[in-house]
Amino acid sequence: MNSKIIVDNLNFYYGNMKVLNSIDISFYENSITALIGPSGCGKTSFLRILNRLNDTVSNVKVEGNIVLDGTDIYKDMDPITLRKKVGMVFQKPNPFPMSIYDNVAYGPRVHGIKKKNELNEIVERSLKSAFLWDEVKDRLNKSALSLSGGQQQRLCIARALAVEPKVILMDEPTSALDPIATSKIEDLITTLKENYTVIIVTHSMQQAARISDYTAFFLLGKLVEHEKTKYIFESPRDKRTKDYITGMFG
Amino acid sequence: MTKSNWQEKLNEKLFLISALISIILVFSITLFIFIKGVPAIKEIGLKSFILGAKWKPGNGQYGILPMILGSIYVTIGACIIGVPIGVFTAIYLSEMANKKVVDFLRKVVELLAGIPSVVFGFFGLVTIVPIIDKIFGGGGNSLLASSIILGIMILPTIISISEASMRSVPKEYKEGALALGSTHLDSIFKVILPSASSGIFASIVLALGRAIGETMAIILVSGNTPLIPHSAFDRVRTLTSNIAIEMGYAYGLHQESLFATGVILFVFIMLINGVFIAFSRKVGEANDR
Repeated sequence: MNSKIIVDNLNFYYGNMKVLNSIDISFYENSITALIGPSGCGKTSFLRILNRLNDTVSNVKVEGNIVLDGTDIYKDMDPITLRKKVGMVFQKPNPFPMSIYDNVAYGPRVHGIKKKNELNEIVERSLKSAFLWDEVKDRLNKSALSLSGGQQQRLCIARALAVEPKVILMDEPTSALDPIATSKIEDLITTLKENYTVIIVTHSMQQAARISDYTAFFLLGKLVEHEKTKYIFESPRDKRTKDYITGMFG
Repeated sequence: MTKSNWQEKLNEKLFLISALISIILVFSITLFIFIKGVPAIKEIGLKSFILGAKWKPGNGQYGILPMILGSIYVTIGACIIGVPIGVFTAIYLSEMANKKVVDFLRKVVELLAGIPSVVFGFFGLVTIVPIIDKIFGGGGNSLLASSIILGIMILPTIISISEASMRSVPKEYKEGALALGSTHLDSIFKVILPSASSGIFASIVLALGRAIGETMAIILVSGNTPLIPHSAFDRVRTLTSNIAIEMGYAYGLHQESLFATGVILFVFIMLINGVFIAFSRKVGEANDR
């Protein structure tokens, strides 16, 4: 199994507060890793370190090495290049207030693709990969805000795919959705690993168990356990992991 | 009825009366302008009044086309100068500057808004007018000088409303754009600015209203010649300055024609307000969705 991202001794600070404490973890190519843990354990901060979205927040500090395909993302790569390779889907669907087409074409356009037929092709391919094409192909010029919540989230996934990333980060992508929309997104995520490395933050143990290959349990800024999902849920090594997944706290 | 109940009722009435006063004032001002102005328009004839190019009250010529065009040109000029500076300042304030700079700049902008218009006019008279005269000749009192002064005067309106509307764009849009590999500038110009466009447009319309109604500063720098300007360096007279300059000594039809000028100005301002209200309604609906 190839490591796509290797995180080595990562510390992360908000001002003087140490939010993440010497994290070592690898994310494997073409697999889904679920990050679980109680609120405030640092898993969302961790996710936003992987595409350097925390750079936009002032007063934060990152120590340690994070290597994507052999290149250190903080020392040897600029954030724009990194974010092209590492896409993100947010907790609340956040389509831009523009047409469905323009949402998906946004990424390719800012990266310099101007040809109409090339854009058409990317939009169609991305929407198909996000299982949304059939629902929207006749109204690509309608506002993205006219879609339902689940459709909006799939649109956001299509928008991320359009940039052709290698890794997709997902920050509780179904927490704002109903069960039917959630199961559609989960089906979609499991197909994504054929082509991408997926890292997903989730509060739902069932979701982690259903879709992920690996699970990492975070607690109070530390990585407690990182194993194949099967082992985490059937025979966790750490008592804290066991307590968390059986609902003793959290 | 208990005492507190009675007081409550009284208070309510007090507020109602206060609210009514402004409503009554607006209507009586409107009524007054029309009663005083409409007879003159009738006597002169609407067409020769608003399309007449000669304003010579001594000769019985009452064409206010030069002033209508003067007001429109000066306002457009003010927008050409003020809108880009204002919107860029708003972008800087909402997206780029750190908190200290923002606090300082906001205070400066508030101060700018508080400067009396006669001071702006005086400033224009001693700085901008001589500079224009030096570079282009012709005395300096001109359409250009008026546009520059008005362009500065509308900055606070554009900056504060545009900044507020850009700040109200959800953070998620910006993060979404950045996460796709947008540069900061791309995220501003392709996502934040379009999302805030209705608020920015509203700020421009409000600024238009302020510009077209401005009088004192314009009188000092425009030259006030009632002729249709043919270049940015020509002297110009606006609807407002026409009224302010001549009202002191006018009588009879001349005086009434100045009230009629006010009617035309009023119509312009109503149009601008109408556009503004239509837009705020559209914005409201978009936000409700």
